[in-house]
Amino acid sequence: MIELAQEAQASTGDGLATLAGGIAFGLAATGAAIGIGNIFANAIQAMARQPETAGQTRTTMFIGFALIEALALIGFVLTFIL
Amino acid sequence: MELDVFHLFLWEPIAFGGTFFELNRVVLLMYISALVTVGFFWLGTRRQQLVPKGMQFAAETGYLFVRNNIAIDIMGPKGAQYAPFLTCFFFFIFFSNLLEILPFVNFPVTSRMAIPAVLALTSWVVYVFIGFKRHGFSYVKDIAFPPGVPWWVYIILTPIELLSTFIIRPFTLAIRLLANMLAGHVLLTIFFLFTEELLLHGTLLQKPIGVLTFLVAILLIVFEFMVIVIQAYIFTTLTAFYIAEAVEGHGEEEHAQEEHAEPIRETELAPA
Repeated sequence: MIELAQEAQASTGDGLATLAGGIAFGLAATGAAIGIGNIFANAIQAMARQPETAGQTRTTMFIGFALIEALALIGFVLTFIL
Repeated sequence: MELDVFHLFLWEPIAFGGTFFELNRVVLLMYISALVTVGFFWLGTRRQQLVPKGMQFAAETGYLFVRNNIAIDIMGPKGAQYAPFLTCFFFFIFFSNLLEILPFVNFPVTSRMAIPAVLALTSWVVYVFIGFKRHGFSYVKDIAFPPGVPWWVYIILTPIELLSTFIIRPFTLAIRLLANMLAGHVLLTIFFLFTEELLLHGTLLQKPIGVLTFLVAILLIVFEFMVIVIQAYIFTTLTAFYIAEAVEGHGEEEHAQEEHAEPIRETELAPA
């Protein structure tokens, strides 16, 4: 009986760890989605208002996208660690 | 159900097993991507002609892309001296990542932490060394106390700046590359495994879903190519930006607008 109880506690701990990993990635993806939407919306507006600078704007847009995506993917990797 | 995932991370050695120079699949692929990088430029620079064609054209286009769009755009006209160094980063990361969508290999070498860690460490050593070489020991003081803020802001600004420049930057460089490649690799693996399981071993009702996952896997390969190019470009651009900041200090944004009067953007390399 004691072994069963210990195993139940261990598996609950494992289940909680998996749940925590899932919630962590969900929150990370939410923040990243809002940020990336902001960046691309403003980049589209900038490229529409001044098409001459479209190249430089596009470059900066990709830099901002990668910086934010890094945070979302750190959350994704955390799910595998937990 | 016990899931032992860790046996996936034990690579059986091909040669020199157990020693420091052990050749297993990951190390072999890393050597191959390094050889491809060197070979790409070596093939492009032998028998040079004035009007480039073929391999020389490809190598020159690659080098000029890094030189114009990364080195000179970020660092100004005197950034061209860092262009060979940045080209090495860009093309090594690009070819290492490209192994992910290559048909019989399908394993990005940069998805194991050793290689992005060493690349980020190299980048960190380079920009810290350049900072100390240019400014001496006042480099740390320039980072810790940027000019133009009231004194009470320094209480929170200084730890944040020091931590960010010396610890968080190489860490996020490595993690960004690693996590992008790892996520892409896991996605592709999942979809291809589903395709194989449903199409080859599934019931008749499951086969259309297998076809669907196969189409999604093909789309993901195209998407992964874009991620590969972007990740190589981002690593190189951020390294260039950190080097530029180490050279010029924190007043870089104001100075850069004056010095960007005439960047030297060559469209062809001068004949050697």
